[in-house]
Amino acid sequence: MTVDSGNTAWMLTSAALVLLMTPGLAFFYGGMSRAKSVLNMMMMSFVSIAVVGMVWVVYGYSLAFTSGGSLSSFIGGLGDWGLVGLETVATADDGTGIPQLVFVAFQATFAIITVALISGAVADRAKFGAWVLFTLVWVTLVYLPIAHWVWWSDGEEGGKAGWIFELGALDFAGGTVVHINAGVAALALVLVLGKRRGWPKDPMRPHNLPFVLLGAGLLWFGWFGFNAGSALSAGSTAAVAFINTIVATCAAAFAWIIVEKLRDGSSTTLGIASGIVAGLVAITPACAFVTPLGAIAIGLVAGAICAFAVGLKYKLGYDDSLDVVGVHMVGGIVGALLIGILATTAVNDAGADGLLAGGGLGLLGKQALAVVATLAYSFVVTWVIAKVIDLVMGFRIAEDDELAGIDRTAHAETAYDFGAVRAGSGATAAVGSAPVHDEAVRESQDETKEEVRG
Amino acid sequence: MKLITAVIKPFKLDEVKAALETFGVRGMTVSEASGYGRQKGHTEVYRGAEYKVDLVPKLRIEVLVDGEDADDIIDVLVKAARTDKIGDGKVWAVPVDTVVRVRTGETGPDAL
Repeated sequence: MTVDSGNTAWMLTSAALVLLMTPGLAFFYGGMSRAKSVLNMMMMSFVSIAVVGMVWVVYGYSLAFTSGGSLSSFIGGLGDWGLVGLETVATADDGTGIPQLVFVAFQATFAIITVALISGAVADRAKFGAWVLFTLVWVTLVYLPIAHWVWWSDGEEGGKAGWIFELGALDFAGGTVVHINAGVAALALVLVLGKRRGWPKDPMRPHNLPFVLLGAGLLWFGWFGFNAGSALSAGSTAAVAFINTIVATCAAAFAWIIVEKLRDGSSTTLGIASGIVAGLVAITPACAFVTPLGAIAIGLVAGAICAFAVGLKYKLGYDDSLDVVGVHMVGGIVGALLIGILATTAVNDAGADGLLAGGGLGLLGKQALAVVATLAYSFVVTWVIAKVIDLVMGFRIAEDDELAGIDRTAHAETAYDFGAVRAGSGATAAVGSAPVHDEAVRESQDETKEEVRG
Repeated sequence: MKLITAVIKPFKLDEVKAALETFGVRGMTVSEASGYGRQKGHTEVYRGAEYKVDLVPKLRIEVLVDGEDADDIIDVLVKAARTDKIGDGKVWAVPVDTVVRVRTGETGPDAL
């Protein structure tokens, strides 16, 4: 198989698009945080890029996307660690003619954003060092196995594949691997960390809604690479994924603001941004298996259900700060299950027929099994990882540090400086924020006193 | 000498300034303030969660005046700031011991 330049160009573009989603997510989450912790929130996303990017090259790709010998149903092997065995001219073995390294890069960006998604649940209170360690351990023990289960096969007729792939459950671009996985991991992490100080009594309103909208827009833009790029080629499968990524998202955004209008009296910008993300999440697993009308149905259902699901945390008393559970876990489940109803081989013969296309309930059963397996594995392993990190180094910052703001106490920075008192005058800045020698300051104060008193 | 402090609705600032100028008040300190009296705040909704915002944005005006003019100045200030709706604010005055103009060192009424 020679390199196909058209497919390769689209996949390079898609990898860049999906990488941009994580900075987009940083804005989406950062705007929803309070002003005193926006930097930490954005930093959690950016450090996921730094850590997972390296992990992916060193051993991540190999464990997720190569044969694991007798363990192949559950995990890959270390044969391609460091990508040393990959020739730059090698092409992916699915006949799309893209260099293997392009596939590696594309998949790296998925692992990165999955870890970053979890951070929204632990606003204001996670020790930064503990979070960095968590990203490393979590991507290794949770993401790599699940990605292998769902997406890996050796491409041979009757060959080896991950157990969910073999089962025949469908997940085109990561409903289980990315969204359900990150959403339920967020729930487990929150149960270990506990609530923010003052939640839910104190108002913790978003500090910058324009950031949230900017983030939602960047996520949508990047998501075309996520969904249409998952075709691994620039052709008709990418086309259907692309149109569905537009229309399901429109439907979910619209459904969310209608629910708000009926329930709260106003349609809000946070609502339309949340609806956009809920729609993107829900269409992710289904985008190449349903018709555009099916995509509208998925969007409407996901937008409406997620708009209610974000209220669950108040009823059940867990502080999922920015609704990772309510949007990503719930939205992912909606999309994964609706495949069982709406999928049709008329769109993509690599897919399957769901209930409405005359395929019976078999596919829905397989989808449900994939969802439950992801929920169970991710929840249990994440909880254990979080608990161990908590016991070893403590996962939460001190109460005083949290109240003062994690930006200042963990990163020695603050996001905004609009006040003349701190920024305006050179003199204040020099005394207030430059490193000064206490002794020198005291001497000059003493001189001043003597002058005044004569 | 007296210090008159007025907490008023923000959009009333220009009218109040004009009214005070008729009495020769040539300087004032204006700061943004938040507070509440009998006026209740408003409610905001984020993802269905309601937040009551009790503190209402106001402006706080401070002027130093000669004691004899204080009552008249308060009168025009109140007339200028009034909308007859709830939340119009408050005005009060307190006696002042010492005033110094920083540039010249003038003190007392000369410094006003």
